[in-house]
Amino acid sequence: MTSPADLSLVERELSPEEAQFNDLIEKDSRIEPRDWMPEAYRKTLIRQISQHAHSEIIGMQPESNWISRAPSLKRKAILIAKVQDEAGHGLYLYSAAQTLGISREEMMDQLLSGKAKYSSIFNYTTPTWADMGSIGWLVDGAAIANQVPLCRASYGPYGRAMVRICKEESFHQRQGFEILLELMQGTEEQRRMAQESVNRWYWPALMMFGPPDDESPNSAQSMAWKIKRFSNDELRQRFVGMLVPQAEVLGVTLPDPNLKWNEEKQAYDMSEIDWDEFHEVIAGRGPANAERMRRRREAHENGTWVREAAAAYARKQAAKQKVVA
Amino acid sequence: MSDQHDLDPHGEVSVDRLRLADEYAGDSERHGAVASPDVAEYAMRLGDDALVLAQHLGDWVSRAPELEEDVALGNIALDLIGHARSLLHYAGTATERSEDDLAYFRDEPDFRNAWLFEQPNGDFAHTIARGLVASVYLVELYAVLTDSTDPTLAAIAAKSAKEVDYHRDHAIQWTLRLAGGTDESRRRMIVAIGDTWPYVEELFRDDELVERLAADGVAVLPSSLRERFDDVIADVFAEAKLELPTGRHAYIAAGGGRQGKHTEHLGPLLAEMQVLARAHPGASW
Repeated sequence: MTSPADLSLVERELSPEEAQFNDLIEKDSRIEPRDWMPEAYRKTLIRQISQHAHSEIIGMQPESNWISRAPSLKRKAILIAKVQDEAGHGLYLYSAAQTLGISREEMMDQLLSGKAKYSSIFNYTTPTWADMGSIGWLVDGAAIANQVPLCRASYGPYGRAMVRICKEESFHQRQGFEILLELMQGTEEQRRMAQESVNRWYWPALMMFGPPDDESPNSAQSMAWKIKRFSNDELRQRFVGMLVPQAEVLGVTLPDPNLKWNEEKQAYDMSEIDWDEFHEVIAGRGPANAERMRRRREAHENGTWVREAAAAYARKQAAKQKVVA
Repeated sequence: MSDQHDLDPHGEVSVDRLRLADEYAGDSERHGAVASPDVAEYAMRLGDDALVLAQHLGDWVSRAPELEEDVALGNIALDLIGHARSLLHYAGTATERSEDDLAYFRDEPDFRNAWLFEQPNGDFAHTIARGLVASVYLVELYAVLTDSTDPTLAAIAAKSAKEVDYHRDHAIQWTLRLAGGTDESRRRMIVAIGDTWPYVEELFRDDELVERLAADGVAVLPSSLRERFDDVIADVFAEAKLELPTGRHAYIAAGGGRQGKHTEHLGPLLAEMQVLARAHPGASW
């Protein structure tokens, strides 16, 4: 792929803007929407932020599946509030991406056409109530481990959106933990439900940190630009370290017979992750990929006439005000 | 988590901006307050209205026409669950049953909601039309019930009044947008109004129970709210250039929800809502 022309680009002198950009990154300052930025930095951010926004929106589905059947009114209220928070996170993130010069419609089109990705964890299904606990504890837990460093991401609007999101996510994780705790302190059937659910979600949650460092193509540049601060494997280790004592409190078993603290390496030994499964789900062959997209498309299409009505009404009101003025 | 347990004996947790304990209105007044059988029946009517509507609205979350509406409709559902919890908790004091006993372990004929609230979501216009009637009615109801001689009901009404005011605003704004938006949205809004209006009249029916309670200043006579309801609707319709339904849509549905008679929409809604709780009787969640 590399042509002689590309090589000459590498050796050219930095423009003053580019030098200033590099300097801001170097000093850990924030890049703001009006600042100059390399086109690749802009593209990387749009890809990452919109992907994150899409994940929030698609991520509403596996949980909204249980809103109607939540087993107590208190749980129903908490679950609605949580799914609603996710819609809110999607909104902040779309706004942050919009500051980079892409519209919400464009991003929505990319999602619906399958061009943009979302976190593949949401392609797993939620057959039992305990999955509301596991999603909170494991999936939101992994998301937090991934996202806390993003609060310091070099792009200002993204970092600031992440601060808000992380605060809410930490509540989400606690409520998931609490659901599992309640189940584990409940009847034999409830305890079985909790353990079975943790067994299903544990490995997919670990996969959320992405491929091992030596196979992660976009990581190095993102770390250099300080969009990303820790490697996939570092974050995965950190997450497992957090889960182990919490699993003890819950009384659930993490489904990895080889999970053990290694004093010498100062890290957990664990079984090999089944990356074939990961790639299958990413390739669209997970348990619910088609269903998630179908549902999103259906909501979007059913809502078209409503959005058009709102836009037409706003135009008419604006025209009226003009006449009055 | 532990400090929150200390603060709150009900094991509430805080949800973002919202503390569920605050949703549980009438708490201080309720200490030791036990509803009489009449008051319990009345609280159950109001609580079931809120619960059944919330159950319907929850279905919109992740399916709304735009993200802002996922948030807005979820908010309204959340408020209504809060009202239902307070009211059903109070109703349950008469028979030593919890809010969840009442929500999850009563059968269809024991539900006391009016028919309006069990009508299906339909398209967005139907949800808005149902929400408009419900919220305009509830704003008037809670405004008066705030002065109830029953302190628990008065406290619940005072808390709920602020929230249903927002629900009404949401419904009115969308009624205007849909009626004044495109030809398609206007057509849909008119159909939705027509389909909803037969269920209006039941909301304002008096019966022996409310007459007895109203005589003591405990309850609000539903019929006394009709005029204000009509005035607000007339204003909204004037601005939206909508008309009250005539012809086949002008009929009045039989109603009977306050006596436990329901349309065919309630059974499936309850079956879904109650399925998990009933599979594990006595379990705690």
